[in-house]
Amino acid sequence: MDTNSDNASALADLAEAIGLSLPDDVIEASVAGDDLTITVQRPSIVKVLKFLRDDSNCQFTQLVDICGVDFPEREERFEVVYHLLSMNHNLRLRLKVSASEETPVPSVAEAFSCADWFEREIWDMYGVFFSDHPDLRRILTDYGFDGHPQRKDFPLTGYVEVRYDESQKRVIYEPVKLTQDFRTFDFMSPWEGAEHAHQQMLPGDEKATQDG
Amino acid sequence: MAELAEAEIENYTVNFGPQHPAAHGVLRLVLEMGGETIDRVDPHIGLLHRGTEKLIEYKTYLQAVPYFDRLDYVSPMNQEQAYAIAVERLLGIEVPKRGQYIRMLFCELTRILNHIMNIGSYAMDVGAMTPFLWTFEEREKLMGFYDDVSGARMHAAYVRPGGVAQDMPAGLMERIADWAAHFPKIIDDVEGLLSNNRIFKQRTVDIGIVSKEQALDWGFTGPNLRASGLAWDLRKSQPYDGYEEIDFDIPIGKHGDCYDRYIVRIEEMRQSLRIINQCLEKMPGGPVKVQDHKVNPPPRGDMKGSMEALIHHFKLYTEGYHVPRGETYAAVEAPKGEFAVYLISDGSNKPYRCRIRAPGFVHMQGMDFMLRGHMLADVPAVLGSIDIVFGEVDR
Repeated sequence: MDTNSDNASALADLAEAIGLSLPDDVIEASVAGDDLTITVQRPSIVKVLKFLRDDSNCQFTQLVDICGVDFPEREERFEVVYHLLSMNHNLRLRLKVSASEETPVPSVAEAFSCADWFEREIWDMYGVFFSDHPDLRRILTDYGFDGHPQRKDFPLTGYVEVRYDESQKRVIYEPVKLTQDFRTFDFMSPWEGAEHAHQQMLPGDEKATQDG
Repeated sequence: MAELAEAEIENYTVNFGPQHPAAHGVLRLVLEMGGETIDRVDPHIGLLHRGTEKLIEYKTYLQAVPYFDRLDYVSPMNQEQAYAIAVERLLGIEVPKRGQYIRMLFCELTRILNHIMNIGSYAMDVGAMTPFLWTFEEREKLMGFYDDVSGARMHAAYVRPGGVAQDMPAGLMERIADWAAHFPKIIDDVEGLLSNNRIFKQRTVDIGIVSKEQALDWGFTGPNLRASGLAWDLRKSQPYDGYEEIDFDIPIGKHGDCYDRYIVRIEEMRQSLRIINQCLEKMPGGPVKVQDHKVNPPPRGDMKGSMEALIHHFKLYTEGYHVPRGETYAAVEAPKGEFAVYLISDGSNKPYRCRIRAPGFVHMQGMDFMLRGHMLADVPAVLGSIDIVFGEVDR
């Protein structure tokens, strides 16, 4: 469609302009389909967001979303993804920053007020720490919750369950007891599965490696 | 105790909820009060958190669809649509015209479903009982259409990647047309009770004002953004599923107060009716979902005679389909605002990450700045006007 190619060329121009304006902060910019994704240096995320918000060629006046993604196999396992919207140019933009459990990401709440809760949610769900955040508390999980549930290594069932105990007359926490394990089936056929499935051990593979 | 009476009133906190009829679900607001004015609002959300995003990572792409009904349970189909569009983009498939029009038709019915629920309950929050009863009667009829088309009144799982689950039954379009012909009367009746009602206006006008700048800064979308005077609607600016072929207007407000948010929703229902009528008029024929049987199962009849059809069916309902590696951000104009799905696929049959961008979450956050300096009694008025449903706020 014409509109798509127009959009793609506008995004490519934009990516070039941003790369020229912020050469030290942008690691990579790529256009895939209708999406422009820019990976930036972690310390300069606030600077980049302010530039994108105020520059007349960008005018990304709305920060639509911030979310975390977990890639446990990477050295810096978390990605923080920012989605921006420019109403004047009718364009969307995706910014990415990587982080690990220890490295704090600068909070962008000073640039966009709505970042406050998004960052609290990422802290809650992934344990990515945001420096200079006005109020970094847990947001969705229970009071006194332990762990970061959306990490890939956090079990789907969690660790504790709650119930009202009639004898103690209060709600108590107990380790999860499942009468039946969560039923997860591996439907990946080795010949057409995901790429990462090839790297994983398939049932029976251990026999081959033991022999040599 | 003369000294005590003259002592300065200290700030105290009021707990609003979690079980409060005007909280529209389970919300706990910790209000710091200075006398009867609010100094600070601290919403404690998450009481309805079910871990939808995590659960979806453990389900195939098709099995994830019903979770979207249960987010904002007042407007299920718009959310299914956002997810379906995201998956379709990654798969690189296009929905046939009839499928798109059915989606549009039902998404607009859903918008009305959402807005009459909001307006009815909002009116009740600020003291008017009758609109609630009238709008709920209409809601029943709309959920009857849901039932006709999907077999479920609320959690439809009707809009699926590749199209819709099945074609509409015979006669449904006539019934929707009949309903659409009489519904403007209901809007007029509700408006007659509320729009110039002195009590209603006293409770809503100049309450919870949001300026354009604030609306952008705080990430407001949908009717709440438009009430602040920004004509931004994804159906117009980034059309999806055939909205570019439909003629409708975007109502905007001037002051960004509770009354404007109400009036924008009233007008949006009229525009939705226009869209519904155009959809019914232009409804094309043909299939309602993609005919690629690697994504959508073949018809039942084929499975009786064709081995290949049987294999396709079996594979789709056990393994599901594989979605090419990639990421996409699909946003739709849901009744409450921009509802979006950010989907990352690793090439397997399950989403690697499915981020749900819920408009209610962002609007809820705005409660603090909207309520500062207002009276305690304005809490339900502001809360109702930004149209909160906790299914999507807590996910």
